[in-house]
Amino acid sequence: MIQNNPIGRLIAHAILIIGILIVAFPIYYTFIASTQSLQEILRPPLSLLPGGHFWENYSAALFGGVGRIGGVGVDRLLFNTLVMALGIAIGKICISILSAYAIVFFRFPGRMIFFWLIFITLMLPVEVRILPTYKIMVDLGLIDTYTGLILPLMASATATLLFRQFFMTIPGELVEAARVDGAGPWRFFKDILLPLSKTNIAALFVILFIYGWTQYLWPLLMTNRNDMSTIVIGLRKMISFADADTEWHLVMVTCILAILPPVLVVVLMQRWFVRGLVETEK
Amino acid sequence: MANVELTNVRKVYGSSVEAVKGINIAIDDGALCVLVGPSGCGKSTLLRMIAGLESITDGTVKIDNKLVNDLGPAERDIAMVFQNYALYPHMKVYDNMAYGLRNRGMPKDQIDKRVKDAAQILELTQLLERRPKELSGGQRQRVAMGRAIVRSPKVFLFDEPLSNLDAKLRGQMRVEIKNLQRQLGVTSVYVTHDQLEAMTLADILVVMNAGSVEQIGAPLDIYEKPASTFVASFIGAPPMNLVPVTADGSGLVLGDGTRIGAEGLVIPGNGALIGFRPEDLEVSAGTDTHAGGLALDLKVLGVEPVGAESYVYGMVGGERVVVRVPGRSTSQTEDHLRVIIPADKLHLFGTDGKRISSE
Repeated sequence: MIQNNPIGRLIAHAILIIGILIVAFPIYYTFIASTQSLQEILRPPLSLLPGGHFWENYSAALFGGVGRIGGVGVDRLLFNTLVMALGIAIGKICISILSAYAIVFFRFPGRMIFFWLIFITLMLPVEVRILPTYKIMVDLGLIDTYTGLILPLMASATATLLFRQFFMTIPGELVEAARVDGAGPWRFFKDILLPLSKTNIAALFVILFIYGWTQYLWPLLMTNRNDMSTIVIGLRKMISFADADTEWHLVMVTCILAILPPVLVVVLMQRWFVRGLVETEK
Repeated sequence: MANVELTNVRKVYGSSVEAVKGINIAIDDGALCVLVGPSGCGKSTLLRMIAGLESITDGTVKIDNKLVNDLGPAERDIAMVFQNYALYPHMKVYDNMAYGLRNRGMPKDQIDKRVKDAAQILELTQLLERRPKELSGGQRQRVAMGRAIVRSPKVFLFDEPLSNLDAKLRGQMRVEIKNLQRQLGVTSVYVTHDQLEAMTLADILVVMNAGSVEQIGAPLDIYEKPASTFVASFIGAPPMNLVPVTADGSGLVLGDGTRIGAEGLVIPGNGALIGFRPEDLEVSAGTDTHAGGLALDLKVLGVEPVGAESYVYGMVGGERVVVRVPGRSTSQTEDHLRVIIPADKLHLFGTDGKRISSE
């Protein structure tokens, strides 16, 4: 991968820079738009430099927006989304690490059947089972609750498989050494397996947090009340007001606010995240 | 401190694969017992059954005169050193050694004392704050030993602990293990496939083959009186030479029809194998037959000087044999040598591979 040819390096860098520009430009454009007034946005072409309405727009979106999205402020939407994303990420990790632990380290009857049952759910996309799931949630009275938003998205075959693959790389001798050292199943899990899995957990957390944060279809079905909406649904509602002009500058501000938490999670956990993807501590 | 007693121990995998076939071994308190054999002979399985990591199909395992068949590994009061060391990668050396003690609920100050003492013995004091991946192979080996020592168990179990080290370090650690075991006086069971390791470490040597014990005894007894051709060729390097002979009316005949003179050697009717160690042969200048011994003609195939001695490879009666000659050998390829096996160095095995006790 390392080459000394300056022209080759130049080309490589050029391609990378163009790639970054293509990916980053829409986000930059959103940011620009979020600092313009509505009139400036509606009068093309849009300037490529930030406008002078940064404070005005942001304070309007954050503090003055009562009544904007059916009487619910952005802070409430962000909070809802945070609860859902955290619930899904943490719940998924807990459930899948425990089920992978059971499948890899214990011999119980029907072990392979359980494994395949989990595995098979991978082959059914969410959309296929969304109606039955919805029916169950309605019957349980979980519409417009955090439980209803989180629970059905928590079971995860992908995360279980990921942990299973990781656990299978743990040498059998390590397990036996722990047995000789008097560590029971629970102690082994807590003292050895969990610390060894922490990079995997971090990587999964980032992926799952973003997955939960960007959910659209399920919150759309599950929530009727505006104060239970997530930020993505809120954005959609802001645009689809038929009887009023869409306040594009505020939509753009909300977009930026919606991107920030996932970006923050990625940036803060980047070190762990990358390590979890490229190496396992053995 | 404890003795270990195995009685009729069997291990059957599935319904038919018999990995260990009824083994009886008694190990005295404080002795170091080495299980040696080729890979797949069941020696590791046997060790793991003593450890409690493998269930016992049949028979009994007693540690300190107490039946332990149904006890878990942690309740048997054993400590095990694994081939890959099996150190906990996320723990510091100190915690690796302390973990087993913490699980037993030992008070902190006592743990600290034991770990520090063990570290002192193993010269690990400087390394207590390191993690396993920052250690060399030999140091990891020491930590694994330390983890066993701090427990002060009744029995040490070693599962090929030196096979991941390079030759020089292996020799060094071998001596250390031996000294340490002597010093601590803890009964130990040691599994290896390296016959040199087995010979040098063992108080009692158990040679295993295909799930059964071939021979049990002191290492030198086994070396000098192997019970079967398997033991004869497994223990000793280079291995014992084995040459088939048959008897007809007038004397002994080798595989290729060569007649040899042998006085006082009685061979069963269906033939036998004569065995002799490479170092027991005497190269004779003349052509005289040696009184009471066996004289053979050897055609030299090649000479390997290794420094202090030389190995002369040759053919006797259609079989390859090795002769160990002190210093340098002057023999050339295609030379014919007259070699003499003194009568007391001659081993005789039946065609079933079992030793025929000639005296």
